[in-house]
Amino acid sequence: MERRWKPFMSEEKQVILKKKVVIKINGKDCEREVEPRMLLVDFLRDELGLTGTHIGCDTSNCGACTVLLDGRSIKSCTFLAVAADGRQVKTVEGLAEDGKLHPIQEAFWEHHGLQCGYCTSGMLMSALHLLSHNPSPTDYQVRRGIAGNLCRCTGYQFIVDSVKDAAKRMKATR
Amino acid sequence: MYPRPFEYFSPQTLDEAVALLSQLGEAAKVLAGGQSLIPLMKLRMSSPRYLVDINRIGGLSRVAQRNGAMIFGTLARHVEIEDSIAIKSKLPIMHDTASVIGDTQVRNLGTIGGALAHADPAGDWPPTLLALNAKVKCCGPKGERTLSTDELLVDAYSTNLSASEVLTEISVPLPWAGSGGAYLKFERKAGDFAVASVAVQIALDNGETCRDIGVGLGAVGLTAIRARKAESLLRGKKLSKALIQDAAKQISAEADPFSDIRGTADYKRHLVTVLFERAMNVAMRRAHGEEVETVHV
Repeated sequence: MERRWKPFMSEEKQVILKKKVVIKINGKDCEREVEPRMLLVDFLRDELGLTGTHIGCDTSNCGACTVLLDGRSIKSCTFLAVAADGRQVKTVEGLAEDGKLHPIQEAFWEHHGLQCGYCTSGMLMSALHLLSHNPSPTDYQVRRGIAGNLCRCTGYQFIVDSVKDAAKRMKATR
Repeated sequence: MYPRPFEYFSPQTLDEAVALLSQLGEAAKVLAGGQSLIPLMKLRMSSPRYLVDINRIGGLSRVAQRNGAMIFGTLARHVEIEDSIAIKSKLPIMHDTASVIGDTQVRNLGTIGGALAHADPAGDWPPTLLALNAKVKCCGPKGERTLSTDELLVDAYSTNLSASEVLTEISVPLPWAGSGGAYLKFERKAGDFAVASVAVQIALDNGETCRDIGVGLGAVGLTAIRARKAESLLRGKKLSKALIQDAAKQISAEADPFSDIRGTADYKRHLVTVLFERAMNVAMRRAHGEEVETVHV
């Protein structure tokens, strides 16, 4: 099949140079050789099989691909895997510990903070970022905290309820 | 979606970055926070052959007060500016601006220098930095030079920077006592680009006379626009409602909007007058020492 685009090749070697990256994902060092253009979300899904992180819009709007990079929420569809070299990433797979759900996951379960589930992993990671920086958010702060995550099912009310309850649960376990 | 293939460099020092950029020329782009560049590359609207990631260079994200100015390293993230208590009290207009950019995830990565160098006509930093008389420092093969924000912004997505220069610092003069500022943005939905936005920074004498003023308009022209005629209408005058309305009319004339998906040119011309009057109101109340949150105005 003919390529639709003409790849830019390295002038010396006529191959696209791959880069070695070591990224600490959910506490474990993952080493791979990747093309520089590989996005972090594709690294997670295709290289590591961590398909809990979803690709929704792929244009930096919907937040389904949200993960934590060094403790801060980012859209992994808008971040290069090579740029994550040497850094720490937390995905939805890193939330539950020893088979026990994270308090945020429990709260989403309890309050029906999801319907189809597509946005959920991103919502959970945004909630984790919010609650780790603001343990007792107001309704407004919760809504602002998830403004970068689109949900087409719930109308957000149950998600807000879930995040507020998660705040209480996290305080209780602290 | 994947960008076209490119070669990736992550220099450890500024000198190394400048040397690389000089060598690679126009085919290279600087990667800062990547919140504009990477989407453009994925949509294949921009396909640089080389990417020079400056995030591994130490010291480029520092924010510090120096010689009567607040100095922002080019990699200062929007979130750091939004969360800084010192900036909220000294330059509330910058808090306003940082907190309405994109969404949390975008603000966690996006940088002030990257946003300014991207020169998006609807960007949030350009109008604010115009209103604040900010200066930018850039570093190239011939050394450093300093530009005003006005000089930097040439056209839509075009700046005065050469291909081998890196914007390294943004310097914002600290306002006099009795000053206040506000940035107001009108957006269709959360996290969207501005339909129009207005930045006002004002210094008052005796709480009522305009000692100095800076007004920047966003998303109503090919670049952010400094409303100089409206400024000179107000400078040195005792501020009254009628005078502010006259200035608002002048603002509407200085705006140069185009019709697009976010509204017609006429609508945006009207919108900037409304935003200007509201921003003046907040800026003056802040100049009087009142704490005002712009999201509630």
